[in-house]
Amino acid sequence: MNEQDKASSTTPAPEPGAHRWPLWEVFVRSNRGLSHVHAGSLHAPDASMALRNARDLYTRRNEGVSIWVVPADAIAASDPDAKGAFFESPQGKDYRHATYYTKSEGVKHL
Amino acid sequence: MTQSVGDSSASATRITPGNALRPEDIAQATRQGAAKASEDVAEYALRLGDDALILAQRLSHWISRAPELEEDVALGNIALDQLGHARSFLSYAGSAWGKSEDDLAYFRREPEFRSAHLFEQPNGDFAATIARQFIVANYQFPLYRELTRSSDPMLAAIAAKAVKEVDYHLDHSTQWVLRLAGGTQESRRRIIAGFKLMWPCVGELFEDDELTARLGDAGVVPSSLRAEFDRGVADVFTEAELDVPASPPATGGGRHGRHSEHMGYLLAEMQVLAREFPGASW
Repeated sequence: MNEQDKASSTTPAPEPGAHRWPLWEVFVRSNRGLSHVHAGSLHAPDASMALRNARDLYTRRNEGVSIWVVPADAIAASDPDAKGAFFESPQGKDYRHATYYTKSEGVKHL
Repeated sequence: MTQSVGDSSASATRITPGNALRPEDIAQATRQGAAKASEDVAEYALRLGDDALILAQRLSHWISRAPELEEDVALGNIALDQLGHARSFLSYAGSAWGKSEDDLAYFRREPEFRSAHLFEQPNGDFAATIARQFIVANYQFPLYRELTRSSDPMLAAIAAKAVKEVDYHLDHSTQWVLRLAGGTQESRRRIIAGFKLMWPCVGELFEDDELTARLGDAGVVPSSLRAEFDRGVADVFTEAELDVPASPPATGGGRHGRHSEHMGYLLAEMQVLAREFPGASW
């Protein structure tokens, strides 16, 4: 038995699920990227530890120059089952594209 | 190559702080005769390298045992950083005696190790490890920062890479000291106990001896780092409302090969594979 085991055997095991750190979503902007891109998630006790954990987990191979962390429960997400109505196909709605419209005569610089 | 150690244009030592110096570069420079440490510098590099090596061995025990997966990775990263510093320092130390980093790490006996007692202290619980880590980082950060100005270009180059990494170790341990001290009653009790356990080993880090006096501009005088260490610790302890433990200093002697009872077990585990199967690779 090494010291680690001895140390843990003298302390009562915490109740499972008693102390879970909150979940954070991590967004990383890469060297050449213009915007932050979702990289994954992690557990951390607070925002500044979440940033440090994100640095260790998601930027250790030189992936990023900037990190955002957001509490996962602060993100309002669309319902993945709402595909039909929510993400209705824009087919047949050509008027949403600029090319639908004909150029008026005499308009320059378009 | 015919360039001498003191020649700052020697290829292996033409390292700016932005360019990472790898242990392999040092080993190659040593083989080519471009870098050879003097006896005193080698002995000094051995001390710094053994500190980092023994700490890396201790820290790697946390992998799969930390409180959370994220902390597992953080401690693993710090262990690997320390191992990297150890490899560089030991490679350079070995250049004086025609030995490789592995010769020095795996085939020396306990009295030949030059690490201070703090580094071999058992991990204990998470708070004790954080206490040890906080003391180490507050010692290593100013040490490596000063060492970047060493008159020995190789020591300066190794320190230039190490200081950036230790800067992060300092931040990591500081964050945890503040959180453990300001967390629950139980976490506060544990961090206080952790510092009480580790504090007797602080004094040895700042002891001068004949070697550090002889090194002159090549090394850093240990006692010259004490004031900054005390200030750094006091800043965080004030915020965390912790008192500097009044524990009397331990005997020390690690720099001269006298170690605590923990060292033998640590070395046995670290060295067994290399000694059982010399030259093994995987």
